[in-house]
Amino acid sequence: MIAHSIFFYTFSIIAIISAIMVTVSKNTVHSVFFLILDFISISCLFIMIGAEFLGMIMLIVYVGAVAVLFLFVVMMLNVAQQKNKWFASEASSKHIPVGLIISTIIFVELIIVIGGWKYKPDLFDINNSLELAKVSNTHSLGQILYTDYIHIFQISGMILLVAMIGAIVLTFRKRVGVKTQSYIKQISRERSDGVSVLNVSSNKGVKIDD
Amino acid sequence: MTEIGLGHYLTLGAIIFSIGIIGIFLNRKNIIVILMSIELILLAVNINLVSFSIFLGDLTGQVFTLFILTVAAAEAAIGLAIIVVYYRNSGTIRVEHIDELKG
Repeated sequence: MIAHSIFFYTFSIIAIISAIMVTVSKNTVHSVFFLILDFISISCLFIMIGAEFLGMIMLIVYVGAVAVLFLFVVMMLNVAQQKNKWFASEASSKHIPVGLIISTIIFVELIIVIGGWKYKPDLFDINNSLELAKVSNTHSLGQILYTDYIHIFQISGMILLVAMIGAIVLTFRKRVGVKTQSYIKQISRERSDGVSVLNVSSNKGVKIDD
Repeated sequence: MTEIGLGHYLTLGAIIFSIGIIGIFLNRKNIIVILMSIELILLAVNINLVSFSIFLGDLTGQVFTLFILTVAAAEAAIGLAIIVVYYRNSGTIRVEHIDELKG
């Protein structure tokens, strides 16, 4: 149990510090790397408390896909290096106290909710379906994901499809002056477009390009 | 070093949520960091759902965390695509320069 405490405090302190560094870091590339560190430590916490499948999925989806996408866009847009301070001008620095006040209020409200929480006495020793069924986390998650939540699962697949199509449509542009293959033109080419039979009379020849 | 319970995880989620809110207000530099702050907020929500799911022995929270993960990935892809298009059109993504709607 003491090891559990040590691991929890280690990973949560790493997560909090890297979350702060995401917001205040001057270099955007450093922000992305701290975001990756944050995701890794939170997924370690998930694995530690028994949600192994979600921890691994967090690693794959966030670190493997989302963070790499962020890194790709940051490096492509040439905004990585900001020479001036992280609040850019006088006009924008007046947002800082407002933000601090609002987030402090939200934090205090959340802590009040958590601290005033009284658990029902028999809450934690109900028939724990995770413990009774001697199957792994992934197995039990799949058993309810593909039965009870199959429609929501398919809708989430549709959301990913729409996002993919939207991203392609938004960033697609037709370039002018670049020679490309036109498949439609190639496939729909007829015999009469390329070959013509001429009746050549003798001693006169034929002009090829007229 | 007391026993780590549900309250510890909820407090961690609250702290990361507040840091995400601060990041949205504080950062007037570029929009990409604001998108990262939104990812932090979604991460805090995921921490809450997973810890409730584990400590109450109900798998529904983990299922919904999976769906939040899906929506977060889609949102990041669309948001970054919009940022790329905006940068191509106007040459900047600094927050104080994006004022064409005068909002």
